[in-house]
Amino acid sequence: MTESQQVSARPYPFAAPDRLTVDSTYAELRRTQPLLRVRLPYGEEAWLATRYHDVKVVLGDPRFSRAAAVGRDEPRISPRPIGEGLLSMDPPEHTRLRRLAAKAFTARRVELLRARTQQIADELVDGMIEAGPPADLVERFATPLPIQVICELLGVPFADRHHFHTWSEAIVSTTSLTPEQIDDYLQRLQGYIGELLARRRHEPTDDLLSAMVQAWEEHQDHLDEAAVVRFAAGLLAAGHETTVTQIPNFVYVLLQHPTELARLRADLSLVPSAVEELLRYVPLGVASAFPRYALQDIELGGVLVRAGEPVLASLTSANRDAEVFTDPDRLDLARDPNPHIGFGHGVHHCVGAQLARMELQVALRTLVTRLPGLRLAVPEPELVWKSGLIVRGLVALPVAW
Amino acid sequence: MSAAWRVSVDPERCIGSGICAGTAAQHFRLVDGQGTPVSPTVEPADPVRDAAESCPVEAITVRDAADGRLIAPEP
Repeated sequence: MTESQQVSARPYPFAAPDRLTVDSTYAELRRTQPLLRVRLPYGEEAWLATRYHDVKVVLGDPRFSRAAAVGRDEPRISPRPIGEGLLSMDPPEHTRLRRLAAKAFTARRVELLRARTQQIADELVDGMIEAGPPADLVERFATPLPIQVICELLGVPFADRHHFHTWSEAIVSTTSLTPEQIDDYLQRLQGYIGELLARRRHEPTDDLLSAMVQAWEEHQDHLDEAAVVRFAAGLLAAGHETTVTQIPNFVYVLLQHPTELARLRADLSLVPSAVEELLRYVPLGVASAFPRYALQDIELGGVLVRAGEPVLASLTSANRDAEVFTDPDRLDLARDPNPHIGFGHGVHHCVGAQLARMELQVALRTLVTRLPGLRLAVPEPELVWKSGLIVRGLVALPVAW
Repeated sequence: MSAAWRVSVDPERCIGSGICAGTAAQHFRLVDGQGTPVSPTVEPADPVRDAAESCPVEAITVRDAADGRLIAPEP
């Protein structure tokens, strides 16, 4: 491959996001140039890894670091530099901080929340049925469900949802908010959660914020307060923002695949594997983010990555790699095995993954069983997609049933 | 402090998140996508305990090799 001696870096993202379509450039790169030199709108040049196995090395091998990104001009699609936080740390500091909350998100603990989540989902659908079609699924179901669950888990008043949901946009915004607005929203979010944490110190309650305060007090010498507050704010924001976005994305994809949707309706035992397949199939991110910096020279995808160079790992591309997934562009709700990396991989694997899985399973099962005639209430081209965010999602999803 | 720990991964539970191999690279690696102890018996080390405590599906168990006492994860 003499062409791989590329002189100039290719602009990335390759194109503006188009609904939930995966850019065909990724498939071509996996075949011809699995490690590509790219230039993003902001920050230094980077490598982009597109093959499943290379992506897992970048995300899973401790020779690739997120902490080493601190102080660098990180390649990114947002004008604002990526701030401090859990995602800019390596073990063992990262492990210490994450462990304050990780226990509450194990599969075992999350399972205890399923019945309550089902109850919330049923109440929301009751409301939709009572009001009658059409309804905006984003507003009536996909937004309140994860917000109520994370509120009850953390111990955050549901009545404050309009405030913190607005502020939470800061964690997924690229250009939808100005850099000043992002700073302002993050400060408000951290101030808000910081106050709730402070109150728990004097009056502990039976919730995750109290458990975090207690765990923090036991490890105070290792963890500074600002990091704990940032982490808790991140849990509140990331703890609902992505699921709020994914529920409508999943429903949209199912409505575009009526045969698969009918298959799911006919066999509800497919719900768990359907969720895994949709996590693989939906390209949630608009582009690869959070580059890992090589701590030493590493051979990857036929290229020698030099120590100090940043590498972006495309989850979207990895999840469509034909080396791992048979017929990767086909939606197959019974796909097995399905080792997708929709939640990432390695130490930064989504802390809320088990919670999100459970919520998505409850959401799909509830919508499929209780709204059997579910369909779009407007022609597909009239759907409005969000922009200026790191994630793809619908502004509204008008449905009838 | 005991002299040795016994480490095991339940393959039925493991989801291959890669957290263990990233947290304690000397002690865990991924084999066919599954978390696997490099050695079933190890000298006590914080990263091993951290990996067991960080596993999202509690697939890793660390026990005292002598008396079988549970070291991690905390219940």
